[in-house]
Amino acid sequence: MEQILFYCFSTLLLFAATMVVTVRNPVKSALFLILAFFTSAGIWMLLDDEFLAITLVLVYVGAVMVLFLFVVMMLDIDLAPLQEGFTQYLPLGILVAVLITMEMVAVLGASHFGLDIIAAPAHHLAGYSNTKEIGMSLYTHYVYPFEIASVILTVAIVAAITLTLRTKKSKSQDISQQVKVCKEDRLRIVKMDAVKPKNKDSSEANS
Amino acid sequence: MIALSDFLILGALLFSISMAGIFINRKNIIILLMCIELMLLAVNLNFIAFAHYSGDLAGQVFVFFILTVAAAEAAIGLAILVVLFRNKHTINVADLDNLKG
Repeated sequence: MEQILFYCFSTLLLFAATMVVTVRNPVKSALFLILAFFTSAGIWMLLDDEFLAITLVLVYVGAVMVLFLFVVMMLDIDLAPLQEGFTQYLPLGILVAVLITMEMVAVLGASHFGLDIIAAPAHHLAGYSNTKEIGMSLYTHYVYPFEIASVILTVAIVAAITLTLRTKKSKSQDISQQVKVCKEDRLRIVKMDAVKPKNKDSSEANS
Repeated sequence: MIALSDFLILGALLFSISMAGIFINRKNIIILLMCIELMLLAVNLNFIAFAHYSGDLAGQVFVFFILTVAAAEAAIGLAILVVLFRNKHTINVADLDNLKG
């Protein structure tokens, strides 16, 4: 049963990853990436890792991929020049991918990490809580990295907002500019000859 | 039973697919960012598989941190992308040659 699930999820994951890479429309590509994250969350569930599987769905599918979709749909992209060189680099890409896969399989294959070398551990009992265990470990041994992670997230928020902020002409007043103002900036004294105004009564009479 | 090598080979295949994706989509920055996310996913799969088979929780904690940093990276990368598109009206990598590198 477990093996059937594993192979179903793996084929789906590899299919989704291939579609992410090869499909022409970036929106479809992002949607296939969501599928890939979902199926790999399923695979993580098979590895007794409920907390991170749910985190993957929440954080990646819920936040990061929605961000991706927003950006893809917001940008008005001309797709034609972006597809140039697709077939030109396809053989090279496939060659490198096959080479990397062969090297990794040679290192990580069944001869080094097979079932007879490392036996599959038994699944945990019903009362076991993966979230609790990770929490215990995270708040004791890994408190300091945890704090650093929060700082990194804060930096990310500040950086993203500052980068995309459009500085409009605001109507707020700059106090330092106001304090620095001196008389010469604002007041202009015009020298002119004194002119005697005409008599008011005579002007009315003339009109 | 599923062997550890199965998970590792799945991660390797995922990594190579995204590697090939970087090769063949070398003009489109959005797809490149997505390929990087896929690579991180493959790495995370390896970490979790090792954590499960060696019975050590440290791998899962590490994946937690990788997820955090990857989310921050995606946010900043997309922000840079938006600013880039606003200034140059293109996301084609071939047009971004201001630095003459």
